[in-house]
Amino acid sequence: MVCENCGSGNAVIHLTQIVDQEMRTLHLCEECAAEKGLETSSVPQNFPLTDFLAQMGGKGEAEGASGGTGEERETAVGPCSFCGLEFSEFKETGRLGCPHCWSSFELHLRGLLRRVHGGSQHLGKVYLSPDPSVSEREQRLEALRRKLRRAVELEDFEKAADLRDEIRTLEPAAGR
Amino acid sequence: MSDLLPIQDSGLGWLDASGEHSDIVLSTRVRLARNLQGHAFGPKARLNDRTAVLDQVRGVRDRVDLLRSAEIQELVQMEARSRRILLERRLVSRDLMGENGSGPARGTAVVLSPDHPLSVMINEEDHLRLQTLFSGLRLREAWSLLDALDEELGRELAYAYHHEFGFLTSCPTNVGTGLRASVLMHLPALVLTKEIGKVLQGLSQVGLTFRGLYGEGSEVVGNFFQLSNQTTLGKSEEDLVDHLDRIVRQVIQYETHARQVLLRDAASVTEDKIWRAYGLLRYARALSFEELMNLLSGIRLGASLKLLPGLRVYSLNKIMIFTQAAHLEEAAGRSLSVAESDAHRATFVRRILSTEGVVPPDEENADGNASGDPTD
Ligand SMILES: [Zn+2]
Ligand SMILES: [Zn+2]
Repeated sequence: MVCENCGSGNAVIHLTQIVDQEMRTLHLCEECAAEKGLETSSVPQNFPLTDFLAQMGGKGEAEGASGGTGEERETAVGPCSFCGLEFSEFKETGRLGCPHCWSSFELHLRGLLRRVHGGSQHLGKVYLSPDPSVSEREQRLEALRRKLRRAVELEDFEKAADLRDEIRTLEPAAGR
Repeated sequence: MSDLLPIQDSGLGWLDASGEHSDIVLSTRVRLARNLQGHAFGPKARLNDRTAVLDQVRGVRDRVDLLRSAEIQELVQMEARSRRILLERRLVSRDLMGENGSGPARGTAVVLSPDHPLSVMINEEDHLRLQTLFSGLRLREAWSLLDALDEELGRELAYAYHHEFGFLTSCPTNVGTGLRASVLMHLPALVLTKEIGKVLQGLSQVGLTFRGLYGEGSEVVGNFFQLSNQTTLGKSEEDLVDHLDRIVRQVIQYETHARQVLLRDAASVTEDKIWRAYGLLRYARALSFEELMNLLSGIRLGASLKLLPGLRVYSLNKIMIFTQAAHLEEAAGRSLSVAESDAHRATFVRRILSTEGVVPPDEENADGNASGDPTD
């Protein structure tokens, strides 16, 4: 179907509107839809990443970003030692190949996360691996306390009780 | 294969239109992306990675309360139509289906809980995609249930987690919380009053994004918009969910206001269009899905404005799901050509509209104050 607005693009967005008191469906191409403030569905999701990936260039993201160009080329990284993903593959697809990739490309990814998410520090749930370190435990406790405060605020007392139990079992000095 | 039995009723709880604001907000969905340590995912996942992940989930299922009676079904072992039904119910993604020709990869699977509105996609882009689907606006309830499932699964499976980056995912746009909360809204009045562009543009400024009805790559059809959080890192899950909840409530207010404007400034036009949509749906002999969705938008607005009294949102939700191609074929017990599909669709709609929430003719609701009277 041809776009009704420009008459040349391929209509991919179909929108019911009132035009001059007439309710009708508009068939629009991506460009015309975007002009009317209606981005295509897939765009918002992917646009920032592909954009940011392109910005990463061949120059690595390591500290300083746009400042120096010369030595950053040297930070070009080898493939992930676990899954073999090349950094160039990642730049093409935007997809990593394994958990270890996050360590293999850590510096580059940290820069990317700052652009995409505005930071790189996770502030949500803290996951406790089967054999947690002291700091992992503390992070987890802090997150649980945040949750507890919220549960109390919302008067979700059942949840609050569960959270208190869990906090008690994690607190180092607590005798059980 | 008897694979239809478990999906017969799966994932349809949200149709009941029970949640808050269910005339404007169709459904609330929350999903979490999780990966397991020691296995490749996404583009690098091989068959042995996928089967290892699937086997691990199978191994722990009975120790996870929320999944105890859940079915774990490998997609390659399902009939094609059953897979399409899952897709139409938004329980699996296009990616998991392997829609681009090849069909689903071995090791991809879906876990469906019969007792809770919970499902898990296995070996999609990430090893696990935990998700829940509720009727109406129920973000906190949805998050709370999904959080509980995540806690249980996380105790049994070794998640890939990084102290700085959080839960590790294949795509950096999902890392951190791995959480995507989305709300499916029907916003006809904002579209009709041309305010929608502003609203949607505003969304990106507050960290939200929107898509059409059926998720990524789908068209905006029937004035249905799916709003969700854009970023996943740097905020707690509760903050992300609360933020979306606040904005959605604001959009509901805008929509409600736009409806009042429509009724005030264009009452006769609006009413006429709603009744025309009803008339077409009530008597048409063939309907494409797209035409149906656009007309459905009209009568959904009519039901919400009480211009079509007796028409229940539940009936409208049901029409949306059961008039999709695979659902129609399932009901017919055979494959249908496009023309047959359009005819079956129209028949289904006529049957629902003539049996559920019959709209009284003018004579009956017009006694006293003339409802259909032109005022000037
Ligand atoms: Zn165009
Ligand atoms: Zn890797």
